[in-house]
Amino acid sequence: MAVTKTTPKLVDIPNKFCPGCGHGILNRLIAEVIEENGYEQKTIMTLGVGCDCNMNSTFLGDTIQCAHGRAASTATGVKVARPDLLSIAYQGDGDAYVIGLSETLNAAYRNTNITVFVVNNNNFAMTGGQMSWTTMAGQVTTTSPAGRDTKATGNPIKLPEIVSGFDVAYVARGSVHSAEEIMKLRKYVKNAIEAQLAGEGYSLVEALCQCPTNWGMDTRHSLEWMEAEVVPYFELGELKERKAK
Amino acid sequence: MKKMWKGNHAIAEAAMRAGCKFYAGYPITPQTEIPEYLSARMPELGRTCIQAENEMSAVYMILGAYSCGMRCMTSSSGPGISLKQEGLSYICAYYLPAVIVNVQRWGPGLGTLDSAQTDYLRDTRGGGNGDYRVIVLAPNSIQESIDLMYESFDIAEKYRNPVEIMSEAALGQMMEAVEFPEFKDREGELDWTYDGTNRPHGKLPDSEKSAAALAKYTKIAEEFQRWESYRTEDAEYVFVAFGLPSRTSRNAVDQLRANGEKVGLIRPITLWPFPIKAFEELGPQVKGLISVESTDTGQLIEDVALAAKKCKIDVPVYGLFSGLSISKTKAISEFYREVKSGQRKEVY
Ligand SMILES: Cc1ncc(C[n+]2csc(CCOP(=O)(O)OP(=O)(O)O)c2C)c(N)n1
Ligand code: SF4
Repeated sequence: MAVTKTTPKLVDIPNKFCPGCGHGILNRLIAEVIEENGYEQKTIMTLGVGCDCNMNSTFLGDTIQCAHGRAASTATGVKVARPDLLSIAYQGDGDAYVIGLSETLNAAYRNTNITVFVVNNNNFAMTGGQMSWTTMAGQVTTTSPAGRDTKATGNPIKLPEIVSGFDVAYVARGSVHSAEEIMKLRKYVKNAIEAQLAGEGYSLVEALCQCPTNWGMDTRHSLEWMEAEVVPYFELGELKERKAK
Repeated sequence: MKKMWKGNHAIAEAAMRAGCKFYAGYPITPQTEIPEYLSARMPELGRTCIQAENEMSAVYMILGAYSCGMRCMTSSSGPGISLKQEGLSYICAYYLPAVIVNVQRWGPGLGTLDSAQTDYLRDTRGGGNGDYRVIVLAPNSIQESIDLMYESFDIAEKYRNPVEIMSEAALGQMMEAVEFPEFKDREGELDWTYDGTNRPHGKLPDSEKSAAALAKYTKIAEEFQRWESYRTEDAEYVFVAFGLPSRTSRNAVDQLRANGEKVGLIRPITLWPFPIKAFEELGPQVKGLISVESTDTGQLIEDVALAAKKCKIDVPVYGLFSGLSISKTKAISEFYREVKSGQRKEVY
């Protein structure tokens, strides 16, 4: 059987992430689901500040570059103005869980009908690999040079677990470290977007993604490290399932 | 028929008449009557009012909604407006319209609930990072608050720049007899808004942004100055005051004129752009300018001195700074007499 390869139009040019970066995989999954739903001309993507800034020029739909951490509030405003459009916030863990923790929690708390995607790469990548609230215990970053001391800095934050305790529509955590997990993540992305389109309320999907550049590993070792260290702590799966219709 | 309305309620209702479809804000005295009023009024009109978790979040909701072209606004006071500065900087960076109301309270930090004008320099100079300006309108009555609010969305959209209505605690809290204009909506469509199709939004490459900013703000400064000149034709001393101090200053002009003193008043209505043209009209008989303001150390006076320099009016500039109160008519008249008799030293 002949196999044809197609690329979603929204990501039909080379991305600008580092070779081996996990961001690109999530970009593609989101683009596929948007197009499946016929929303390629009806989506506004609010970008946080981080490596996702690269998407201003490579994600070919409407993007609003908002301030560091404020994507959930901006996406809320978009949804108020255009309830007929898909309003997505795409952020890094530093953006959504550190500087923007308040905005993220409050949008979830209100069960605002938006979809939030968070790339959890266990560090502030864009600024050169500083500690984030998702940095693993003992992980070396430029601001935790001796390894993260969780006694002084807190344990890695599990934001999806927190918001799944709220009255929200859908919450999941996936990963891009294997083909199998990528296919599961695709399902989570689909559920999150379709929850918004059905007016069910707030949806959030965290995607564990490798950052070979700032982890100081090649891609293969990055994926191995994720499987051995990150995934056991940040458990994968649906934390809040959509209500059966 | 005119009816008695409280300032904050009136400005909120005027925003509805002007076509505002979305409000986001956070309670803080002395502006809280705005979100309170709108949280009842907007659902009645089928519009959206959100109590945000803080002032910062509210301003980003406005950024998001106005990106899509929806007429929307936020309001606050004191530290709340400080929290909005990052968002205002982004709104200016993106050439987005927005409307903000600052019902000023006195002081840095938590300050007090007293009426004041101590946010003048921050709000007229941009206030956040980068080189930009917010168009600042200063009403001195509740009717004028309504009239300026009614225009503010049109102005913000025309220039693709935020407009702030700079009110004061007492102006927000007091009542006056007013009339409201009819409900209206934007005429025509904005062709740059975000609608999902990724059409052009009028963004410029970074290399062109400096020149574009200079051109934009020079144009606004040239064509959008507003002021009221009162009895300045032959005035030897001219008071300069906006908002509530302009009302007591005007009373002082009338009382001093009744006693044969040649005094007048310039009342800036646009604080940015500052109405330099008002000073161009002053004659060679002018001997001094007196800034009357509810600040501690003098803020408006800087613009008065700069306007005088620009118009080659080489006279002393005096300042009457009343801090957390509004100078009474008598105090202004007395200050004038001390200036005239040489007992007061000029600031510039
Ligand atoms: C107010 C503000 N503070 C700091 C920065 C600098 N900054 C840019 S991106 C970033 C961290 C991004 O990390 P994350 O959200 O995890 O995204 P990643 O780059 O890892 O994908 C920081 C601190 C900024 N742009 N704005
Ligand atoms: S720095 Fe890390 S997260 Fe950023 S693009 Fe490179 S690999 Fe990806």
